[in-house]
Amino acid sequence: MTATKEFHGSSLELTNLAMAYGDIEILHNINLKVAPGTTTCIIGPSGSGKSTLLRGINRLHEPKRGDVTVNGSSILGDRPDDVRKRIGMVFQHFNLFPDHTALQNVALAPWKIKGMNRKKAEDLALARLAEVGLAERADHRPRDLSGGQQQRVAIARALAMEPEIMLFDEATSALDPELVKGVLNLMASLCQRGMTMVVVTHEMGFARKVADQVVFMDEGEVIESGTPDDLFNHPKSARLRRFLNEVL
Amino acid sequence: MEFFDSISKTFLDFGSMLEVLPQLLKTGLVNTLIISISATIIGMVLGMLVAVMGIAQTRWLRVPARIYTDLFRGLPAILTILLIGRGFSGISQDIFGPSPYPLGIIALSLIASAYIGEIFRSGIQSVEKGQLEACRALGMSYGRAMLLVVIPQGIRRVLPAMVNQFIAIVKDSSLVYFLGLLPLERELFRVGQDAAVLTGNLSPLVAAGIFYLVITVPLTHLVNYIDQKFRTGRRKVTPPTSGLKEVTELETSAQGGRA
Repeated sequence: MTATKEFHGSSLELTNLAMAYGDIEILHNINLKVAPGTTTCIIGPSGSGKSTLLRGINRLHEPKRGDVTVNGSSILGDRPDDVRKRIGMVFQHFNLFPDHTALQNVALAPWKIKGMNRKKAEDLALARLAEVGLAERADHRPRDLSGGQQQRVAIARALAMEPEIMLFDEATSALDPELVKGVLNLMASLCQRGMTMVVVTHEMGFARKVADQVVFMDEGEVIESGTPDDLFNHPKSARLRRFLNEVL
Repeated sequence: MEFFDSISKTFLDFGSMLEVLPQLLKTGLVNTLIISISATIIGMVLGMLVAVMGIAQTRWLRVPARIYTDLFRGLPAILTILLIGRGFSGISQDIFGPSPYPLGIIALSLIASAYIGEIFRSGIQSVEKGQLEACRALGMSYGRAMLLVVIPQGIRRVLPAMVNQFIAIVKDSSLVYFLGLLPLERELFRVGQDAAVLTGNLSPLVAAGIFYLVITVPLTHLVNYIDQKFRTGRRKVTPPTSGLKEVTELETSAQGGRA
């Protein structure tokens, strides 16, 4: 087991964040603090605005009101492309580039966006793939990889940009059941290595075991947040109790 | 019997076909290919521009692209060719000389670009939204993401439609004869037509038709072939692998720095 470079996770804070699609407000006054190098799991029923919240953090969708700060300074005035270089994201459906090999998927952004030379970007990509156990699959295209392997490539792709924060949007929801644990373990290892992570998930076991903080959302609001023990063993609100009854 | 005789004399007079054959090959075929291929290339360049404008986020690019497409798709090809071929002949003469050939190609290119633009646009828009999103999430600009990831996938999907468009252009190329071509500029149709008038027999036109079919029919089959290949993919069929095997493999491979 080689000691790999530790991550330098940044802190993240959302202040009175509101998000809207057109006239319809999806998120209202979200306040959330994520300490550097910790993992926050966001749970809640469908339609509660969990994914929208992630999109607000890296500004794939522009917030309507409020503020997002990384390491204490607001990112809303920065160029969105620069913000996203610092914040990695992993999607439910992987969204790998189908006409690129695993290696090219990971190398593309460091090469084309960070301006690394191609050789260096590919070396980096290979190292990242090795970390997720896929060095031998580097020249496979996504269609020749299983869902679990594709999601690992997607994680390696995000990590190759050396982000300060990683966002996971239901990263294991589209996986075959036997492959879920492996990907969750990989995510847990990122957490141990100091990455700041915000994880939208339906895997309550993961939230209970790995999260430093759990946030329960419903109807565009944070209903309850705290340690896993607070939320899972001593839920205060009726809504959270009801939700836990349905999913556990 | 007499009926069949006259039919075969009118359409299948091999003598007059043979007579026109060298011209069909040396002049007609060459010019038809030059016109069609150049119109397709220019049409693809303009078409890509129109397609990208058509999906742009600002209305100031979308609306002109829409108007352009509606205009050149909505008008009969012959009308566009005549308007451009005759209308700009003054300017063309200064640049290209007296030949109406370049204007014919330009007119065909404009018509083609309207169709090709729509083909490209539909292809680009059929690429899953997640692709653009993944690029943006990595810090790529919209333009970079389109150029590096989305557009190449879109183009690949519309290759069959593009071959169909080329077939249409080959056939439409016959319309430039309306502009009055010099003897050496005549394309297949005009060569056949001239010979038909001279001999008072339609066989040269039938011969020209055969040349068109020689170009278009193989392409039609190429389309079907490409289409099928894309549908089934080039993927080799492999026996199913157990997910458990993968789990073991990942556990025993490099453990991602897991403590």
